[in-house]
Amino acid sequence: MATETEVLVIGGGSTGCGIVRDLALRGVDATLVERGNLTHGTTGRMHGLLHSGGRYAVSDQESAAECIAENRILREVAGHTIEMTGGLFVQLADDADDYFEEKLAGCRACGIPAEVLTGEEARAMEPYLTRDVERAIRVPDGAIDPFRLCVANAADAEEHGARIETHAEVTDVLVEDSRVTGVEVRHESGPGKRSHYEPGTTERIEANHVVNATGAWAGQLGAMAGVEVEVRPSKGVMTVMNTRQVDTVVNRCRPKGDADIIVPHETACILGTTDVEVEDPDDYPEEQWEVDAMIDTLSELVPILKEARTLRSFWGVRPLYEPPDTGTTDPTDITRQFFLLDHAERDGLEGMTSIVGGKLTTYRLMAEQITNHVCEKLGVEATCHTADEPLPGSDDFSVLRDYMEEFGLRSPVGRRSTERLGSMADEVLKTDGPNPVICTCEAVTRAELDHAISDAGTDLNATRIRTRASMGNCQGGFCAHRMAALLHPAYDEATTRTALDELYEERWKGQRHALWGEQLSQAMLNHALHATTMNRDGDPAATEDEIEYARFDAGPTPEAAADGGRRDGGAREETDDEEGRRGD
Amino acid sequence: MAIEDDVCVIGGGLAGMTAALRAAREGARVRLLSHKKSTLRHASGLIDILGYADGELVAEPFDALASLPESHPYRRVGSDAVRAGLSLFDDVTGDAYRGSHTDANALVATHGGTVKPTARYPTRVAPGLASQSRRTLLVGFDSLTAFDAPLAADHLAAAGVPGTTRGVTVAFPGDFRADSRVTRFARALDDDEPVETASGPTPVRRALARAVEPHLGDVERVGFPAILGEEESQEVRKALESSLGVDVFEVPMGPPSLLGLGLEALFQEALDSAGVRRTTGNPVVDFDADGERVRSVSTDRNGRQVPFHADEFVLATGGLVGKGIDSNRERVVEPIFDCHVPHPDDRYEWFTDEAFGDHPFARFGVNVDDDLRPLDADGKVEYDNLRAVGGVLGGADFAAEKSGSGISLATGHAAGRAAGAAANQR
Repeated sequence: MATETEVLVIGGGSTGCGIVRDLALRGVDATLVERGNLTHGTTGRMHGLLHSGGRYAVSDQESAAECIAENRILREVAGHTIEMTGGLFVQLADDADDYFEEKLAGCRACGIPAEVLTGEEARAMEPYLTRDVERAIRVPDGAIDPFRLCVANAADAEEHGARIETHAEVTDVLVEDSRVTGVEVRHESGPGKRSHYEPGTTERIEANHVVNATGAWAGQLGAMAGVEVEVRPSKGVMTVMNTRQVDTVVNRCRPKGDADIIVPHETACILGTTDVEVEDPDDYPEEQWEVDAMIDTLSELVPILKEARTLRSFWGVRPLYEPPDTGTTDPTDITRQFFLLDHAERDGLEGMTSIVGGKLTTYRLMAEQITNHVCEKLGVEATCHTADEPLPGSDDFSVLRDYMEEFGLRSPVGRRSTERLGSMADEVLKTDGPNPVICTCEAVTRAELDHAISDAGTDLNATRIRTRASMGNCQGGFCAHRMAALLHPAYDEATTRTALDELYEERWKGQRHALWGEQLSQAMLNHALHATTMNRDGDPAATEDEIEYARFDAGPTPEAAADGGRRDGGAREETDDEEGRRGD
Repeated sequence: MAIEDDVCVIGGGLAGMTAALRAAREGARVRLLSHKKSTLRHASGLIDILGYADGELVAEPFDALASLPESHPYRRVGSDAVRAGLSLFDDVTGDAYRGSHTDANALVATHGGTVKPTARYPTRVAPGLASQSRRTLLVGFDSLTAFDAPLAADHLAAAGVPGTTRGVTVAFPGDFRADSRVTRFARALDDDEPVETASGPTPVRRALARAVEPHLGDVERVGFPAILGEEESQEVRKALESSLGVDVFEVPMGPPSLLGLGLEALFQEALDSAGVRRTTGNPVVDFDADGERVRSVSTDRNGRQVPFHADEFVLATGGLVGKGIDSNRERVVEPIFDCHVPHPDDRYEWFTDEAFGDHPFARFGVNVDDDLRPLDADGKVEYDNLRAVGGVLGGADFAAEKSGSGISLATGHAAGRAAGAAANQR
């Protein structure tokens, strides 16, 4: 079977979602396919820093200038996904003065507002900073929620007529006479909302133009079309702390190195990162030294990190790209700029464009340039509106309204729900029935989860990233089963159970890198609740073996069972057999 | 003036309470020290002896004990101690529990909809045994999110339970807020509080029965999540049975577990009547030893150390959950006496990659000799008068085996008897 679209975008990360929205807003018929969830690749595995550009103000000023411009735009159009925490570049006693001055000058050259704070002022702002702080540069860094950002882009694209297809992996790029004519995708089995297609089926999607927005996977996708895309995947670890030890983005002010940034994110802090080139973006070692380096190195900056509770660690791969023959050996030296590869011009292959490099902060700009390029190829004249058209949820969200009373929610549940939902709070939280909190750690209510499920279907990990449910201290131990129960009866018991297992396994995966102290204790408690109290590890519904129920105790009065146990409400006759008791 | 006892038990969970009670019955003067609320509030309230051995479901736990490895706590104390521990349990709990009529495990429906094997179950749970073939209705409440009755019913059907099971979700009568704790509902039922209904103010028990009645059909029993009263649970259940005309049972729940708390209350009564002195609220942080014997342990009371002297000590501080076993990035420790806890050096070998894998961390705990005395890294007894019981013991994955409370009872019993006897001889 075949379907048609004007533009097919491959990759459901920030770039792909940004492109498909831009196309849709310009009236182009567009389809996006993603092999996993939205944000499944790099976007869902980053620390959520909204760059001020300060980070690149010395090494890569072009990127820095792009960052501050986009930073300002995103605050306008995606306000509900951003917390403007501000950021500090902190100089410790043995960090070079020269670099500090260079950083400051660089920021000013790029138009990044930058203010020098004394060590004392910096510590007044962030009391947990080490006493060794010499001084700091304050810049407008922030925290951005990449999940909500992507989902908002995708949702708006759908609103404007685009088709978004997740769990649809490209298995082939169709090439005829040096022209890409479309792709073949396989719709994956397993839980997920795939209302268009059945799991296990394949579909040919014919397109006038194909955009390869697969980031670190761009090389693999390019190979399917017979072109070489020299993307260099580089892994980085991020370690999630259970509280906000800092309320500002804290960067170490020195040239480069592992473990030099802490990003406060909702209830947590994220420590980052390493930078190690890998062969395969799907298969690379997640190493203990990387986690230890985050804690050991960053506790030089914020000493209490040494004793603090870590929840989990996760790794992402950067889609680094450098033009052929640059020959950089150290991945930290590769530019963070993005590149548009016109395969017609470069490789003589019509009908396909790749976008590589870049970073989340500039996703909108990347999308704009790609869309300009594609529209030119298609002869579409519409202009770009993504710099002034707010994303869903972000419009009219200038002042946080007090929804607590309106929706019968207690603080801080109400405040947190409305912060997450922005101007969608009305629509999502209005419910007839009771609206209990399902995830206590992150204060997520049933109405918010129901809304996310209506969008994400049975894929609870997709619901998780939309709501943050199961992402707190207990890592789903207390709420994963409550979340799964919301799928029933719309989905049957077996589907619900599989969805729970998937979520629980995913939560486990990251915790493995935080299994000591408090989090190991939590892991054992989760294990006890799910294995002992619920017997999920020995669940007879999930195993082949049938239980011989008759071999088990049916109670002290089995004859009561035989007659159906109908009773008139009179006093219970005590027939408990005392013989089983033995003397002490 | 120094505090002097014959036996000092550190830890107020099931194992510690059992040891204290058993030592007191030897005639010893016993003190029980406990820090925080015990982990019984997390526990289901079921008493599991052994539900799985080698991953296989066990119908007759006593037959399966011999198949366990020698390092298992059950093998240390022997099956007689398991029976003796259970017997003490039956004595303490009396009519509040069932299961003593047989050696076989019962199968109890869990709040997640599976069934699990267990040896003793609260009387409140008994009419709901999954091994009885009866037409069953499960009732959940729309504001109680841990128990989804229709889903649990479908899950039980998928598990092949005999009889039929339906589930229904109703509103708990009255104007309770959406996030009320289970204890709030339980207390309302205890007091039979009047609640506002369509037909005017009604006692909550009757209002609850009316909410369920239209869904009864031809069922023979009705199961609720375990929130039917804290103090007056028997009265609550009887009232519902009388109104509905069928058996009523409860499904064990996660924390805060009223069944676990009820069990704790029964043991505390027994401790009080046995004359055990209970000192609660402060952690044990230090100890004093005289060569091979522990002389005292000290609690920390607002920064001041209070020593407790005794002839015999029982360590019942629990496992990783209760912090009787603790860890950091480098190693796993027993924090009070620094007893040796065997574990791999590399913390990436403490777990397996699957959530329900055979995790080494689940077996973390101290090694003991046959007299339950912790052993150091060389296999030598750490202290002559220190015994370890319950979750602090290594060598058993109680979650996977469904053996946690059985180990607590068996080792608590054995250590309490030994400590009491030893103290008497001095």
